[in-house]
Amino acid sequence: MEETETFDELENAELPERPGDLEDSYDDVQRVRPAIEFRDVFLSFDDKVILDGISFKIGRGETKMILGRSGGGKSTIIRLILGLLKPDSGEILIDGENIADFSEEEMMDVRQKVGMVFQEGALFDSLSVYENVAYRLREQKVGEEEIQREVRRMLRFVDLEDAIDKMPDELSGGMRRRVGIARALIGDPEIVLFDEPTAGLDPPTARTICELAIKLRDLQDVSSIFVTHEMNNVRYLTSEYATVDETGRVIYEKEGESLCLINTKILMLRDGKIIFEGSDEKLQKCDDPYIKRFIHGK
Amino acid sequence: MGPTARFLFALQEISILIWKAFAGLFSKPRYIGETVRQMDLIGVGSLPIVLLTGFFTGGVLVLQTFPTLEYYSIQNEAGRSVATSLIRELGPVLSALMVSGRIGSAISAELGSMVVSQQIDAMRALGTDPTRKLVAPRLLALVFMLPLLTVAADIFGLIGGGIVANLLFNQDVNVFIQSVRNGIATTDLLGGMIKPLFFGLIIGSVACYKGLNTTGGTVGVGKSTTDAVVIASIWVIIFDFFLSKALQVLLDMGRI
Repeated sequence: MEETETFDELENAELPERPGDLEDSYDDVQRVRPAIEFRDVFLSFDDKVILDGISFKIGRGETKMILGRSGGGKSTIIRLILGLLKPDSGEILIDGENIADFSEEEMMDVRQKVGMVFQEGALFDSLSVYENVAYRLREQKVGEEEIQREVRRMLRFVDLEDAIDKMPDELSGGMRRRVGIARALIGDPEIVLFDEPTAGLDPPTARTICELAIKLRDLQDVSSIFVTHEMNNVRYLTSEYATVDETGRVIYEKEGESLCLINTKILMLRDGKIIFEGSDEKLQKCDDPYIKRFIHGK
Repeated sequence: MGPTARFLFALQEISILIWKAFAGLFSKPRYIGETVRQMDLIGVGSLPIVLLTGFFTGGVLVLQTFPTLEYYSIQNEAGRSVATSLIRELGPVLSALMVSGRIGSAISAELGSMVVSQQIDAMRALGTDPTRKLVAPRLLALVFMLPLLTVAADIFGLIGGGIVANLLFNQDVNVFIQSVRNGIATTDLLGGMIKPLFFGLIIGSVACYKGLNTTGGTVGVGKSTTDAVVIASIWVIIFDFFLSKALQVLLDMGRI
């Protein structure tokens, strides 16, 4: 894939490691502790069970793609991580801290570590693109100069620097989504949550959004959850990786003989239960008729 | 849930919302700029409609009562009758109803659309408490501005009454003014300022609660807007009765 973009923090960039080395190099305690962990989480609204004993782990720099039908509890998992909802029982660990019983004030600190990309962007209508992206820093009372620098850096990351003074209603669907990503990424969160970021977008724009997710995963070591029901997204994220060429441009390459991506795992939900967890290769080989129908659409 | 349970639940939620909004004022972060903006929007923005309402209400009061007063030969007391009814009742209640229509609907629609487009969730995800950022400034602005708007409405009502008495019934302006001064006591003014404090709280809390609890997309926004105006207006009128009784007892007002 010949997509090219200049990228600022070249020197900080971490290239994907050889899969074999990955397990052994995890000596640092910080890296061993999962970024996100669900332990036997239950949630129901009235009589309807949404999550029925969900447990999974997401390591640092790992992307977990959550698949499932609409209304199957995918977005609920993301809302639980942000503390917008509370589970009926079970533990949710962010950086080793159980947030299930955190108060709204305690959650505010946790939320600083998490960036969230909403389905339709959820930009603030009354604020310009600049103010939307600057929002988090402004709340933290960061100096204006630094805000400006960071906002420009983030808008450059999503390739939207020209739109800085526009209002959200002047933007197309794809641009709104990208501004939403820039807003989620400001302050360099360790965890980024994507809630169906490509829903309703044309294929090239959807591809751009996926590339941003790949870039975050491979070059910035961000842990992420990518909720989707589009198999195209799964194909992109599980088979391509971002790297930087000699000229400092970001390029996307397909995995092959020399490198097999293992930092993206798939998790599939059905009726509030996990029915599949593992790599894309394993998913393709899966014999379950429900999963087969989901992958091939028939 | 039955209707009674629903009502009690809503009452509980609204009380918690008011409590959180005001408790939040005692710690950082506070949104002073946003509060001032809301005061401008609510106070200055509502001034024209409130002044017009006051002016014509005062006028029509004189228009309707003057012939009756004249029949009993006490037309010199026209100013007193306008002043007491305006300052004790009509000024606070009519201003509250106008503001409920204009501001209650706006608040509920704005918060409601923010809920359905996930902007409230986004705000929380970005580390802002919507109660502090959205609810507290609006409540505070209403509680501060409604009494001031009421005073403006009262003054314009008296002017309207005076103009009607002078132009249509040829009453000397000084007679009218003297009668107004005889009619109002300090307790009337005090009562007339206390009522809108509570009305502002009712309008703001109902509108914020309805807006923040919007469900069901754009149709839901319409429904919660209607609900906010209707419920706030009804509660203003119901509350006005009990507040009047309480003020009569507490301030010893309303004897004559």
